[in-house]
Amino acid sequence: MSAAISARRSNTSRDPRQQWLLLEPNRIEKQYWKDLWRYRELFVILAWRDIAVRYKQTFIGVAWALIRPFLTMVVFTVVFGRLAKLPTEGEAPYAILVFAAMLPWQFFSTALSSCSDSLISNANLLTKVYFPRLIVPAAAVIASFVDFLISFIILAGLMLWFQWWPSWRLLTLPLWVSVAFAASMGIGLWLASLNVQYRDFRYVVPFLVQFGLYVSPVGFSSAIVPANWQLLYAINPMVGVIEGFRWAIIGQGALINPLGFWLSMGITALLLFTGIRQFRRMEKRFADVI
Amino acid sequence: MTDSDVVIRVEGLGKSYALHHETSERYTALRDQMARQAKAAGRLLNPFTLAGQLRKAQRQTTEASEEEFWALKDVSFEIRRGERVGIIGRNGAGKSTLLKILSRITEPTTGRVEIRGRVASLLEVGTGFHPELTGRENIYLNGAILGMTRREIRAKFEEIVDFAEVEKFLDTPVKRYSSGMYVRLAFAVAAHLEPEILVVDEVLAVGDASFQKKCLGKMEDVSDKNKRTVLFVSHNMAAIKRLCDYCLLLADGRLSLQESSEKAISAYNNQNLMPRQELEKRSDREGSGLAKFCNAEISQVESNANIVQAGIAAHISILIKPSSSFGEKERKAKISIGIDNSEGQRITHLSTESLGAVFKVNPGPHPTKLNFIWDPFPLIPGTYSVTLFLQISEDVSDWVIDAFRFEVIETDFYGSGKLPPTGQGLFYPLYSIK
Repeated sequence: MSAAISARRSNTSRDPRQQWLLLEPNRIEKQYWKDLWRYRELFVILAWRDIAVRYKQTFIGVAWALIRPFLTMVVFTVVFGRLAKLPTEGEAPYAILVFAAMLPWQFFSTALSSCSDSLISNANLLTKVYFPRLIVPAAAVIASFVDFLISFIILAGLMLWFQWWPSWRLLTLPLWVSVAFAASMGIGLWLASLNVQYRDFRYVVPFLVQFGLYVSPVGFSSAIVPANWQLLYAINPMVGVIEGFRWAIIGQGALINPLGFWLSMGITALLLFTGIRQFRRMEKRFADVI
Repeated sequence: MTDSDVVIRVEGLGKSYALHHETSERYTALRDQMARQAKAAGRLLNPFTLAGQLRKAQRQTTEASEEEFWALKDVSFEIRRGERVGIIGRNGAGKSTLLKILSRITEPTTGRVEIRGRVASLLEVGTGFHPELTGRENIYLNGAILGMTRREIRAKFEEIVDFAEVEKFLDTPVKRYSSGMYVRLAFAVAAHLEPEILVVDEVLAVGDASFQKKCLGKMEDVSDKNKRTVLFVSHNMAAIKRLCDYCLLLADGRLSLQESSEKAISAYNNQNLMPRQELEKRSDREGSGLAKFCNAEISQVESNANIVQAGIAAHISILIKPSSSFGEKERKAKISIGIDNSEGQRITHLSTESLGAVFKVNPGPHPTKLNFIWDPFPLIPGTYSVTLFLQISEDVSDWVIDAFRFEVIETDFYGSGKLPPTGQGLFYPLYSIK
């Protein structure tokens, strides 16, 4: 009977005010993606809220988005470039090599932290109002994305300072940005949904971010990783992202290990896909267990 | 009324929760989960495990995971367009669960719900407000959370601000708002959403009396003029009576009554006032038990027990039964009565000692009776809980918390032809003006 009724009713009108909504066990599945589109304004506003709130009641405000990556870049350049005397890629100044990696890394780490915390810090919303829950972690990632865009100013500054002119490859940057996006979203969704059930993951994330900084080629070039370790190394999805960024920004002389690169990309895609699936599977119980 | 007027149809709705998620901590630590699995694995690996024990272990694990609690069970009803429906019931009767399912926060376990139109819930004070954002920003934020588009919010903006009376503070962060302003703003946004179905959950408990009145008026407006449906959950029976056409009364997760507000409220009162157990048989009491309270109630002339009104005399009558070890002689005793309101606040206290009255419990099988006469009875409408305390020769003999409950109904206390305003203090003082 249910099928017949819902079929008849869904035909009556496209106006949400007239449409019948059917709630049944395991029913949400079917209208989820439609709802996601219907709630797009909420997504925009939540992202805007996270951005607006970020630097409220701070003295120097948005400047924090510049200072943090800049100082880290300086330290890395001095430690890895000057003290450890690690090789750069091609002719690129070491500072640019570092910053080309620092950009996606900072984005990834802030996005991952805020994404995995997002459900818990919005618990009051989850238990009071309905909306597709995917909106919350996605908005958190977008908010970190704004910091990321701001720190491009530093890159521009560095390039001017070192008189380093980009090639046509810079135009491929949006592609690498979207890969970085997918990587942080994929892992973030896993962590966010697990965090609701097991608060252990609250402690895993800072560790993961710190650990990741050492196993990703942020302060050094991928080239110094021994050849027989390259594949294992490339399991880290950020390896592919960072190499992509360097390839686009440094241009001539940037090194990409093709096999490792595609492995990285594949793992990113896998993480995103399973992350969404995991999130969707646990989503129904969020309001009950959070 | 035709079928096309139905906006909510609920059939055989049920919701169960697994109980082990509802223990002291709601979220589990991964460690517990792993420990549980390790234990199960350990049983399997142990070479001394007998088949019988293994079966027992398996049975235990399945039993543990199947332990469930039905917050709602087999609930069916229909609600039509433009109706104002009260949902009442004791705490834990399933009201919030029902609302959560209707507003899609949680999924039903069994049964089905059909809803026509948008459902918006009036949130708890400032849920979804961000304290750092200004009033203006929060209107947009909260509107979006409730499902409004920016265009809709912009169109209603002036109206919302007017209704909430916060013009001057629009660009102040809401963390600097008073709690009254907070509630007003929250209600204003939700009330202007114009959903087909508005869900209001106990939100009017805060805010001053005049604003409460304004909210009730707005809700009436919304349903009368625009034919919107309002679902109203409250413990405030006066508000329910004023606003709702009829009520759904829930008890232990089941729909026990769907009737006119008047009838449902009196059923609720009876249910609420009905002691869970006879006072004499209650075991959740303290003291030596030398003598015990065996019955207690509050009454007025021509009224049912435990339903009273302010302005006239009320009698609290108490029966005390001596135990077999009481002895042959009568004993001096002190009795105290504590009265708490529904928020658990101690309102007042009556005792033999305060009056310097000497009271003696008689020996023998027959209980001793004591009457407190309270004239005029001054408490404002609401549900109250009574704690009884009996002391015999400096020892606590009997002490029962929440021994019984009573309901105070609305009344024209001052005989002026008007009901005194609600939400203004806890009792009616006797005074005059010259």
